[in-house]
Amino acid sequence: MPVAPPKAFFRVLDEIGPVDAVGIEERVAKYTTRSIKKEAKVWGLRKAVSMVDLTTLEGKDTPGKIDSLCSKALHPSDDPTVPTVAAVCVYPSMVRRAKSHVADTKVRVASVATAFPSGQLPLKLRLQEVRSAVTDGADEIDMVINRGAFLSGEYNEVRDEISAVVEACGDAALKVILEVSELETYDSIRVASFLAMESIREGDFIKTSTGKTSLNATLGNNQVMLEAIRDFYLDTGTAIGMKPAGGIRAAKQALQFLIAIKETLGDAWLTNERYRFGASALLNDLLRQLAKEKSGAYQAPYYFSDATDSY
Amino acid sequence: MPPLASPPPKSSPRSGRPRPELIFGDLWPYDPAPETADPKLKPRYDLFIDGKFVPARGGKYFDTINPATEKKLAEVALAGPADVDAAYQAARRAADGVWGRMAGRERAKYLFRIARLLQDRAREFAVAETLNGGKPIKESRDFDVPMAAAHFFYHAGWADKLEYVAPGRRVAPLGVVGQVIPWNFPLLMLAWKIAPALAMGNTVVLKPAETTPITALKLAEIFQDAGLPPGVVNLVTGAGATGAAVMAHPIAAKVAFTGSTEVGKIIMRSLAGTDKKMTMELGGKAANIIFDDAPINQAVEGVVNGIFFNQGHVCCAGSRLLVHEPVAEAVIAKLKQRLRVLRVGDPLDKNTDVGAINSREQLNKIRHLVDVGVKEGAELYQAPCPLPARGFFFRPTLLTGVTQSHRVAREEIFGPVLSILTFRTVDEAVEKANNTAFGLSAGVWTDKGSRILKMSTELKAGVVWANTFNKFDPASPFGGYKESGFGREGGRQGILDYAKLV
Repeated sequence: MPVAPPKAFFRVLDEIGPVDAVGIEERVAKYTTRSIKKEAKVWGLRKAVSMVDLTTLEGKDTPGKIDSLCSKALHPSDDPTVPTVAAVCVYPSMVRRAKSHVADTKVRVASVATAFPSGQLPLKLRLQEVRSAVTDGADEIDMVINRGAFLSGEYNEVRDEISAVVEACGDAALKVILEVSELETYDSIRVASFLAMESIREGDFIKTSTGKTSLNATLGNNQVMLEAIRDFYLDTGTAIGMKPAGGIRAAKQALQFLIAIKETLGDAWLTNERYRFGASALLNDLLRQLAKEKSGAYQAPYYFSDATDSY
Repeated sequence: MPPLASPPPKSSPRSGRPRPELIFGDLWPYDPAPETADPKLKPRYDLFIDGKFVPARGGKYFDTINPATEKKLAEVALAGPADVDAAYQAARRAADGVWGRMAGRERAKYLFRIARLLQDRAREFAVAETLNGGKPIKESRDFDVPMAAAHFFYHAGWADKLEYVAPGRRVAPLGVVGQVIPWNFPLLMLAWKIAPALAMGNTVVLKPAETTPITALKLAEIFQDAGLPPGVVNLVTGAGATGAAVMAHPIAAKVAFTGSTEVGKIIMRSLAGTDKKMTMELGGKAANIIFDDAPINQAVEGVVNGIFFNQGHVCCAGSRLLVHEPVAEAVIAKLKQRLRVLRVGDPLDKNTDVGAINSREQLNKIRHLVDVGVKEGAELYQAPCPLPARGFFFRPTLLTGVTQSHRVAREEIFGPVLSILTFRTVDEAVEKANNTAFGLSAGVWTDKGSRILKMSTELKAGVVWANTFNKFDPASPFGGYKESGFGREGGRQGILDYAKLV
């Protein structure tokens, strides 16, 4: 039986305003009817490449896997007009290895931390994990919020924990994963977005999901979070970044997400300093589409290195 | 990584620090994405009478143009009284001889066939509709053409179930029906008119709007392909005089009109004292009401959809925004922001949100009423978008600070112009919304279900949308209160308006 949302929920919702699910889905359906052609398409595909956080988060990750991920990140394509990706995203144990490849390049090392993906460890240990990843060379930390505390209405606990992680990050940028599928409603996603944004710094991100649950980034929850970022920015002047993660596998989807940014937050967010894609398979499809724009024909998947589903 | 473009510095009066602004610039312009399907236009269209294309007896033609380029698309026969009479004679023969006697399940087959043929040629029809009317291709493609087909499908389903239209009563067709339709949804209005009439067993003489006759005449080709018996649908093209002849013809057992309240009144006056049945779907000045607990971002989206859909050429457009005072400032700021992202331009471009105004005459009317609004003290905001050099275009426009006594709050502008008023209490919202000669539609935006139910009973409008706007379905009856007309189109009630109870 569903439990009624806690009172704290309505206090926050009252202040920031609710979300209408039908309206959100109608809005994002319009993004999918935009027709992006020619130069605009090439620009969008390249921009999307530069926004990818190339990710491997598996129990079977090995140093060898990290090596190949990093060389792909630094050299996605033989085409010199294709940029490098924004970052590689790995588990804390792999940060050193990744850093050794990408140090002194534009590619950053992002590490998930705070007992990713569940977050179910004592705070002390989660903070220790963050500090250790930063010490090992992580430029960015992807944390998960305490969904247990959020769903039981303990918002101060959620905020305090995020603030503690911000402190542990030092100079590293922080991405706060809301894990939207566990929050369930658009209202909750909006509330959680604001809780996170109130605790983090300009240049930090909010992020949809871990990629470890059934439902990940959709245009709908991306839109709810973009609108939250917009409302927060216009209110406070603090520009927060956004990272949809999981489920974006096709270049066409990535372009639709870019259209959502262009028409919701505007040009200032069309940069990897403020927008990222957490993805693994997406990069190869972007490269494939870029090659197709150049030659007019689709190449076989095996023309693109590491064309496996696993990375 | 390149440094971020910084927003234009503009200090806020209170804190002195730059006010945060969003930049909707040209960092990522979309390339033109024109729809390329062939509309298959003929250089000249004749009248469609008795199943055949025939020239007008007067031998005259008039030009029909593309309002986005002002270029001629085709020439169309100008029907005179003799042509209208020939159309009515053919319609009567068809009503008495074939269509009125045919079993409903047989009539259904024709309607299904028309719907399917229209779907088969959907892209072609969408392009023709956009060329002739100026509406964006995404609307003709995703709304006008599919909805027109849906109306034929829906009413085809009724044709063999007419004994359930009026439980306990038997229904019979009226005979010949005269119909005149407007230029804002040329194909869709035609489907709204023809499909229920035909399903019920009536035959039709219809006049498309003077500026947008092409898709109707293209649909006549489909009637031929579908083997529709001659005379069941007759199309006569022309201007006001032709329309008057269609409305006044003695054979017409019923007339149905969709258009302006002004013309509707003229028709009703001319038909006073006759035994013709009438339905009128006339103008509107719908209130779109936003309460302070509404989901504001989605409400703004709905308001934009409510007034800028089809350049505001919609009789049920949400042209009066009533916004609760506590959120008025926020709503207006968000509306202005949203307007900056609207794409106005070539209607054939798939990325165009707002297309061309239907005619120079309408453009002048919109300009005039906006001038009047500004003179009366309303504040003007227009989207800063570039407009094409040729063609009839008007920037999406907001008028703030409007009060009930302003003409722009009372008169239908029928263009992309939103008049914004505020209110303090629920009762005041109801009173202001109902304080109009019209009553076609209304919208309510609130998170509170009980308030939606209360508003929907108190608002005197034929349709009340809650947390959405401009939603249509063939099964849902549509029509007005007061000077927005009478009679319903769609659903069981719509069929009943084309039936005689026996």
